[in-house]
Amino acid sequence: MQAGRDDFVIAIRSAFLKKENKQKFSLLALIFLTFIIILSEKFNLKLIDYLKISLREVAYRSSFIVSAPENFIKEAYVATKNHFSVYEENKELKEKLSFELSKNYNSEYILEENKRLRSTIDETTFLTSEIIGKVLIDKKSPFLRSVIINRGSKDGVELGMAVMDKSYLIGKVVEITFTTSRVLLLSDLNSKVPVDIMPNDIQSILSGTGGDEGVIQYTRQQELIKKDAIVFTSGAGGLFKSGIPIGKIATDPSNLKTVVSFFSDFSQLRYVKIISFKKENE
Amino acid sequence: MGEISKFSNFKKFLEKGPIILLIVSVLNEFDLNYLNLKYFSFNFPFILIYYWSLKRSGSLGYGLIFLSGLLNDVVTGLPIGISSLAYLLICVFSSYLRNITLRPSAIKDWFFFGLAILVVNSLIYLIVGLVFEVELEYYSILVNILFTFLFYIIFSGLFDYYQKVIFGGQNV
Repeated sequence: MQAGRDDFVIAIRSAFLKKENKQKFSLLALIFLTFIIILSEKFNLKLIDYLKISLREVAYRSSFIVSAPENFIKEAYVATKNHFSVYEENKELKEKLSFELSKNYNSEYILEENKRLRSTIDETTFLTSEIIGKVLIDKKSPFLRSVIINRGSKDGVELGMAVMDKSYLIGKVVEITFTTSRVLLLSDLNSKVPVDIMPNDIQSILSGTGGDEGVIQYTRQQELIKKDAIVFTSGAGGLFKSGIPIGKIATDPSNLKTVVSFFSDFSQLRYVKIISFKKENE
Repeated sequence: MGEISKFSNFKKFLEKGPIILLIVSVLNEFDLNYLNLKYFSFNFPFILIYYWSLKRSGSLGYGLIFLSGLLNDVVTGLPIGISSLAYLLICVFSSYLRNITLRPSAIKDWFFFGLAILVVNSLIYLIVGLVFEVELEYYSILVNILFTFLFYIIFSGLFDYYQKVIFGGQNV
């Protein structure tokens, strides 16, 4: 028994301390260094910021280049798949188009009316400035849902700016380097956005799930939320302006939570708009 | 003469295969999920590091593993140092197994790998959750562990073959 425990201790000690053939560092020394880095990160030490900035600049660009062959294969696969479904899709789109066109005339009138009414009650209007960015890295990690774009502080990107795919909100900027930024997607578990659910004008919070959809949290009027209701930003908190479409309410098989299916497909993002909203009188 | 030198350069390049694969896999969007299966993902660097540290510890330097962890954190957006710690702990497990093994067996290596990734991922989950207060999806990580475990045996077969072809019977 004693001998067995000794063997265990020797094996563990040897695993941690012994430098193997062709190894320059012992594992214990490197683990110790890693703990120092983790603690420095926790306490936001300046030195770690410099390390992170330099690593990001190198890693983002290299990652874009290294991912190029696999991205090419992915794109070829998606293109081939789309090619086979093009006939059905065309038929469906034609029907949708005629329906949407009829709705469009109505909405133009409503937009004009809305503008006039807003000016009557002195409602704040927002000025928007937008930057187009290309998605460099779209690494689907089991931990975080985020993408890296090729626009950074040199292009005027600021923390918290809204990021949109066409006219749909997809996330916000959470990290900036000189030439790149990280966008936290709405599907990330740590993303929380105040929303309005129409019809019925229900105020709530949209939270990510870590998967492909979002969930509605903190609402007292759960029973009023119907399937296919549209989810917009509410503008509460002042980060985003109100009325940006996000997704629609989908059916959850378990019926325990209110699931939101996003309008934009986060796995197919190529170009995005980074937008800042400033109040007109500011 | 020129051809022999070209061949030996090519062989040297192939001997660096594990290093190149490690760098590419931490920088690349290497999820292999072309069918867009929900939750499907596996941790290729874990498999790579465990296998090569166990079978040929000289082919992947610990310093390089540490650095690739830092790069992975930057790319995935995790707090810096987390992946380095995970990779180094995997090395500790493989080094321990190497020290206590007299007669290597693929099945034993496989199950020990399962234990290693369970312990390492749990530790990482705790550190990220408690120290950095970042929410992580529990099921997604669990599925990631399961697929990483299942894929190990396939990749270990491929790596065995690669090792035989490139390094022959040599040991480090």
